[in-house]
Formats: sequence, C-alpha cells, structure tokens
Amino acid sequence: MTPGPSSGTGFQKVLDNMTAPKLPGQQSGALFSSAGSSAVLEKSSPAVEFRNIEIAYGKFVAVRDFSLSIQKGSFVTLLGPSGCGKTTILRSIAGLVDISGGQIMIDGRRVDDVPIYKRNIGLVFQSYALFPHKSVFDNVAFGLKYHNVPKSDIERKVGKALEMVRLPGSEKKLPSQLSGGQQQRIALARAIVFEPQVLLLDEPLSALDANMREEMRVEIKKIQKETGITAIFVTHDQEEALSMSDRIVVMNAGAMEQIGAPEEVYEMPATAFVADFLGKANMLAGTVSKSDGPTATVTLAAGQTVKVVSPKPLSPGAPVTVVVRPEKLSLESGAMANRLTGRVASTSYLGGSATYEIDIGGKRTVRVNTQINGRVVREGGAINIGFDPAGCVLLDEKGIRIS
Amino acid sequence: MMKPRQMKAGRRNKEGRWAWRLTGFVTLCVYVFMFAPIMATVILSFNASMFGGFPITGFSLQWYGKLMANEAVLAAFRTSLWIALVTAIAATAIGVVTAFAIVRFEFPGKQTLSTLVILPALVPETILGVGLLVLIKAVDQPRTLLLLVLGHILLAVPYVVLIAQARMVGIRRVYEEAALSLGASRFSSFREITLPLLVPAVVAGAMLAFTISFDNTSASLFWRPAGVETMPTQILSMLKISISPEINALGTVMILVTVGIPLLGGLIMQSLTKLSRRGETREEVQ
Repeated sequence: MTPGPSSGTGFQKVLDNMTAPKLPGQQSGALFSSAGSSAVLEKSSPAVEFRNIEIAYGKFVAVRDFSLSIQKGSFVTLLGPSGCGKTTILRSIAGLVDISGGQIMIDGRRVDDVPIYKRNIGLVFQSYALFPHKSVFDNVAFGLKYHNVPKSDIERKVGKALEMVRLPGSEKKLPSQLSGGQQQRIALARAIVFEPQVLLLDEPLSALDANMREEMRVEIKKIQKETGITAIFVTHDQEEALSMSDRIVVMNAGAMEQIGAPEEVYEMPATAFVADFLGKANMLAGTVSKSDGPTATVTLAAGQTVKVVSPKPLSPGAPVTVVVRPEKLSLESGAMANRLTGRVASTSYLGGSATYEIDIGGKRTVRVNTQINGRVVREGGAINIGFDPAGCVLLDEKGIRIS
Repeated sequence: MMKPRQMKAGRRNKEGRWAWRLTGFVTLCVYVFMFAPIMATVILSFNASMFGGFPITGFSLQWYGKLMANEAVLAAFRTSLWIALVTAIAATAIGVVTAFAIVRFEFPGKQTLSTLVILPALVPETILGVGLLVLIKAVDQPRTLLLLVLGHILLAVPYVVLIAQARMVGIRRVYEEAALSLGASRFSSFREITLPLLVPAVVAGAMLAFTISFDNTSASLFWRPAGVETMPTQILSMLKISISPEINALGTVMILVTVGIPLLGGLIMQSLTKLSRRGETREEVQ
C-alpha cells in the first residue's frame, strides 16, 4: 500500500483536521492552509534523513559518507558546482538513483528499497517534464489519479493548485501553448497537488530567462511557506540558494563542505572552497607576524600588513589566509584600521554599485564591490582600500576556518 | 552606366529560367519513370482487349469480374491479407518492446542484441529464405503456414525496431521519471506516457510490417507450404502461363491495398487523436 495522503483532504478537510485530533499515521492534511501549521503539529522525526549514504557508479564514487537531517517544513538547498553530487543526492531521495551504502529515511520510514512510485515525493525538473500529450488538467491530475483520490475531489484540487501557481483556468491548454515560466508553474502544481511528504526541486529555474527566474524564486518560496511542505532544492546559483533557503548545504566533490543558514554560510565560510564558491571572496595569503590576544598582525604575500581579529590566539609565523568579502572592502579607508594601496585594473559599473579589480602588487588583485557615492574610479587610477579587522575570516593552512 | 549591369542581370535571368526548365524536365522524367508502370497497370486493367497490353480497344470491367470469379486468386488474397495482419500485429508488439529495452535499459549483451535484431534486414532475402528452409529440413519439420508467418515476422521486426528506436530516443526519460514520481507504476507509466508518445512510430511500424508481408515474394516462395499461394506468388504463377489482363486487374488491387491501407491508417489516426482530444475536453467540463 502506498502511504499516500488521505483521500478527500481539501480546504474543508483542512479545517476539520485543525480541530479534530489527528489519527496516527495520517499525513498532515494542511497543505493548502495558510502558514505551515503542519510543521507545528509534527516535529518529532525529521522529514528526510540521510545516514552515511554513499553512491557509486562502478569505481566512481559520486557521493561519499553523506549525512543530513532535514526538518519538517524547511527549505533546504544543496549548493555546489556541477558534478559535486547534489543532483545525485536529490535523485536518491526520489529513488531514481540507487544508493550503494547507508540509509535514507522519509518521515522516519526507511525508503532505500521502496520503488520510486511508492515514495510519495513531488519532483520538479529543470526541463519541466510536463507530459506533452496531456492537457494541463491531466498533467496536474496525474498524481491524484494514482493516489486514489476520488474523481469529484480531483477537479477541485486541480483548480486550487492552479490558483496557487496563479494560472487559474488554464486546464484545457496543452503544455506547448505555455511559456517556460508557465510550464514550470504547472510542473510545480503537479508536484504539490497530491500533498507529497517532500518536494524535490532539481535546478527548476535554470532553464528560465533572468527576469522570470527572479519572479519564480519569490513564487516558489511563497508557495513553500504557504503549504508548509518540506522542500529540497538543488542549484549551482548562489543567489538562488541565499535568497530562498532556510538552510544551505554546500557540496564539493561528493562531500558536504558546510551546512548552515544562508547568513552563516556566507559570513562564516567553513572552508576555502565555500568562501570562494559563495560570493567569490578575496583570499589573501600571508603569515602571522605579531599576535596580541584576539588581534593579530598578518603580513600578506604581496608585502602589506593587515590587522585582523582572530577567535583564538595565533602563533607568530603560522600561515593564514585572510578572507575578505568584496563588499566588506571600502574605498574610503581613512578611518579604517587596515589600508592597502593599489591601482584599479578594471571597473564594472553596475548602476547603483560598482565592482573593481584592484591590483595590490605581487600579482594579486582584490575585488571590491561598493556603493557608488561620488564618482566612479576608472581603470589605472591609484586607490586606497580598507577593511575592518573584524570583517574578515581566517583560514589555516589546510583551508579550514580558525575558530 | 546602367546598361551593362542590366544586360548582365538579363542574362542571369535567362540562365535562371533555363535552369528551372531543365529542373522541371528532369523532375517530370523521374515522375514518369516512377509512376508510368503503375499508371499502365491501372489503365490496362480496364482495357477490353484480350491481350494484356496496348492499344486500348475499349473500357471494360470484365477482368475484375473474372478476378472475382477466380477462386485461386481470392484464396491467395485472403491468405496474404491475414498473414500480413498477423505479421503487422506480432512484429509491432515485438519490435516496440525490443526498442524500449534497447533504448531504456542497460544489460549485458545489449550491443550484440541490437545488431542481431536488425540483421534480418541486412541479409539478402533469398539467403534468409534458403537458410530458414534448410533449418526446417534439418530438424525434419514440414513447411506450414505457421512457418510462413514466423518468417514474415522475422523479416518485418527489424524495420519496426528501427522506427520505434528512433522515436524512443527522442522521448526524454524525464517524462517517465515524472510519471513514476507521481505514483504511476512502471507499467502504468509505459502505458500512459511512453506508449502514447510512441504512437506515430507504432502506427508507422505496423503499416510497414503489413506492407513488407503483403508484398513479399522471394522468401514466401521458399517458405509457403505446398498448395498455399500468397498474392505475389499467385501472380508469379499466373505470369508463367500468359500475361493475361487479369494480372493487370490483380496488380491494381495490390496497389490499392499497399498504398491505400497506410493512407487509411493515417486518416484514422488523425481523426482518432482529434476525437480523443475532444473527448478529454468534454470530460473536463463535466
């Protein structure tokens, strides 16, 4: 038997569910209620849990020793470059990829050997994957039909789902008559209408053009919050990850580099990889020349010295990498403790802000991203840049954050 | 100043016109060469003359009448028709499933299988005919109708596989993955998603299999049991006696069947898809 959603959970049933005591084993029917009340109701077991999974294709290990626990109702993003194993992990939850070791649990139930069609997950693909020979109605109703929802309810639920993705009345259209953004909305409606336990999104925005992408970002997030569904999102786009996620899992070469809230991952990158992949931080190599409790002086490879605040005392002579975000650097360095002089190698004017590549000597360029007040500095101009000693992160010689 | 250029343009125009005339002439020749024999057969089948050739002496349907009265011809026609039908159904079923396996699954010996499957299409038919015959003799089995049908299926399967395979490659796997994720079993997702998207290939494959079987002469000559004639072998044996105008009438019927059936099939397909679409919309309204 498929542990599908109880039949007949629509709006009316949602109201019933809120007052009536919940039956054990019954899935929370609060998909279409406002605010994720389902997340409040059941917080016992995580929605999805990976226990030391490994995925190998012959000799090639795509994912190694990956463990992760995902809270009900949360929006978790797997972020990493292509080939890092993020899509493989997503597909392993869906059952499209077999794991070679470990366990995957959905709602506390082990699913490793449950076939895909019995897993009760919603899947949104990069290429939409709407059935081209079926109308929008039949596409959205497909999952309901196979979850034994009575015919009378199917129509109402499809209507509600289409309203939710702001395409009401599009039932009779064929997918080919819709734009890319509309197709992806229908795909989203199709994936959530049968109230799956988890929603998996595999780079759903990368086939859309830039404007549509930003609009859909907001939309997906809104719908996820409204329905309270647990969502796992895969992307290589850091902006998408930062703007949408409750938690970000940064992946590299089949392993997890860091997990945390967007601010955490951005402000406190755990490794050199995270610092570089997320936001292209400046990585200035150097050695500790003087240590004085929480503050230390670092001599950079380019010759300059900078003051930094370290979470723990550093020993003089130790190699460190000073990580400074482009937007933590400023051009008016008068009041700043750290000052670097350089020459502007390139200027990118972005309207409200500008990005400069500044040559600070020793074949090092530093990227500065700053609001424009006054004039834009052009290429070749000499410039002073500065940053706050507390506004940087320090990495040890292995590329791990010093904490 | 303008004159030379105009002259040049005029010459080019003239050249262009001649090129077009030549193209038209060659095209016409090709069409005449292709269709003249067919037209001749059709026209001569209505000729009143006793001899199966020109000149035309008058319009007559007598040869069709004779054909209708010819029990041997009618029997051959019936035999060919049902052999072709069975071949079309069996070859399409086998071919589509084989193509699905080859395109969608990884298994040991896949390359070998995909080559073996299309081999009957590459081996000359006569050799295939003799080969099967020799095999039957070796295991001391009589030539039966079943053997003839199996032989035709063997001949038709490669073409169905090739057609279905080409279409299958174009159907992206995500459709099936999406259906599975929505709760449809493997069989349901094949029936509801893959097969409907494969329909053009299924229909084309079935038509081709039908025609291959209905037209087949050389292999049928080897395989048919004693006393059984298919349409092509019947025509051959009639030709041995004389070129009777009856053969022209028979040829016209053959043309009608082999050209008409695919056409009819196409029309039925079109109206079916239209109907089903209309049916779906009506269902939604309810």
